[in-house]
Amino acid sequence: MFEAVAFYLFAFLTIAMFFITVTTSQALYALTALAAGMIFISAFFFILGADFLGAIQIIVYTGAVMALYAFGMMFFDTTREVKEKKGNKYIIVGLSTLAAVLIVVIFAAPMVSENIVALYPVIEGVGNTQLVGVILFTKYLIPFEVAAIMLLVAMVAGIVLAGKKMDLSLTLMSAEEIEEIKKEKNKKVLS
Amino acid sequence: MDSAYLIETIIKVVVILLIFSALAGIGTYFERKVLAFMQRRLGPMNVGPYGLLQVAADGIKLFTKEDIIPTNVVGPIFKIAPVITAATAFMAAAAIPFLPPFEIFGYEVHPIVADVNIGILYVLGVMAVGLYGPLLGGMASANKFSLLSAARTAAVFISYEVVTGLSLLAPIMMVGSLSLIDFNEYQAGGIGDWIVWSQPVAFILFWIAAFAETGRTPFHLIANDHEIIDGFGTEYSGMRWGLFFIGEYANMFFISFVIPLIFLGGYGDGSLLGALGLLGKMSFFFFFFLWTRAAWPDVRPDQLMWLCWKVLMPIAVINVVITGFVMMF
Repeated sequence: MFEAVAFYLFAFLTIAMFFITVTTSQALYALTALAAGMIFISAFFFILGADFLGAIQIIVYTGAVMALYAFGMMFFDTTREVKEKKGNKYIIVGLSTLAAVLIVVIFAAPMVSENIVALYPVIEGVGNTQLVGVILFTKYLIPFEVAAIMLLVAMVAGIVLAGKKMDLSLTLMSAEEIEEIKKEKNKKVLS
Repeated sequence: MDSAYLIETIIKVVVILLIFSALAGIGTYFERKVLAFMQRRLGPMNVGPYGLLQVAADGIKLFTKEDIIPTNVVGPIFKIAPVITAATAFMAAAAIPFLPPFEIFGYEVHPIVADVNIGILYVLGVMAVGLYGPLLGGMASANKFSLLSAARTAAVFISYEVVTGLSLLAPIMMVGSLSLIDFNEYQAGGIGDWIVWSQPVAFILFWIAAFAETGRTPFHLIANDHEIIDGFGTEYSGMRWGLFFIGEYANMFFISFVIPLIFLGGYGDGSLLGALGLLGKMSFFFFFFLWTRAAWPDVRPDQLMWLCWKVLMPIAVINVVITGFVMMF
């Protein structure tokens, strides 16, 4: 009974949060609702007994949405409403309904045809952290490694993009040095 | 689920809530006294004997103050931000074993609310959510200093979380479990078995990260009074401001429990001496938080990021690699 109560509570909360995220025109509401929805999703993992994935969901998405907040802070005055450009309402409603139906069909079709078989059923007496590890390093080893390489590429690209003049620190320089750098920059722009 | 289990859990939750919200208040008293003695002052002396009732006076003040919601703030977010800090601090406590199991009237009590097998991940993850309080409070207030503090919160959060995770990875590899009780059992043999002897680097790194996590002095840049007034707390008044404080002090207590549980043997073999030992170690780490506040200057935000990304993170990675090699051969 507790599981049912918890499931419906968190299902309602999650959907309400994501609804706010999509519909509100206030950046701070949208971001906060997104973070809350992501954290509420972890409850489903806990209900299903996948404690490890639940904790990872909390840790990963708090960090990820925190980065979004940083961008929100840079681009908007988050205490004001954002004026949205609204196109054709019918197209928006039609497309989003279509997308929602499509997603439900994609996930429901294998369940309806009973095509889902647990290839790696839970072994009694083994914790789910260990099971996740076993699956990750046997069946899904190549996707796992590919994801690692993708992240490495993103990291190197990020360092290259952001790393110009990283050895300089404006706070440690004297005023004259900063002036010189400014002049150099202007020269480049002018020439 | 039987009703006995339900009642037991509810009692545990209420006891932990009461004890630690009271301790958070008393923590402020300790902090003032310790800081005062280190700076050759007396600290609070007037309210009650030796200033002991200062906590009650502060509580009455905070509870009876007018709850002001300034104009131009984003109301709902502004109101919920302090609740996030306080609530997540106590939620994190659910997976911490505060004492060894003991018997009371022939009924065995496990002083842990939920013995999940990923305890340490849960505790750190939920504690990290607590930083949403300062972030949201700062962003919702229509105040430049609050916004600065929110930006700093995001910077601190993104920097230290990597260090916390990587430094913990090495001990987790040794123990082979994420449960804090398993950590304790691994070190139950006595002082020689403590993880700190085999993982001194991880211990130091985690300790440093704990300061960033709780926002204590070397990394107190989120609400630095001398630079940005009170940061995220500038616009708050009354109990909403008090909730931020309760959350911060509760976090300090909980992290002071977690450090000894992971690295310093926890409650040992579960005897009375072991339990007192855990409380002693917890007190030391809590005292250390106050000690650094009196003794150390603050770092700048860019220094914090430099420290986390360029110094601590490489050390943590090297530590993990070395631990892996040692365990393999």
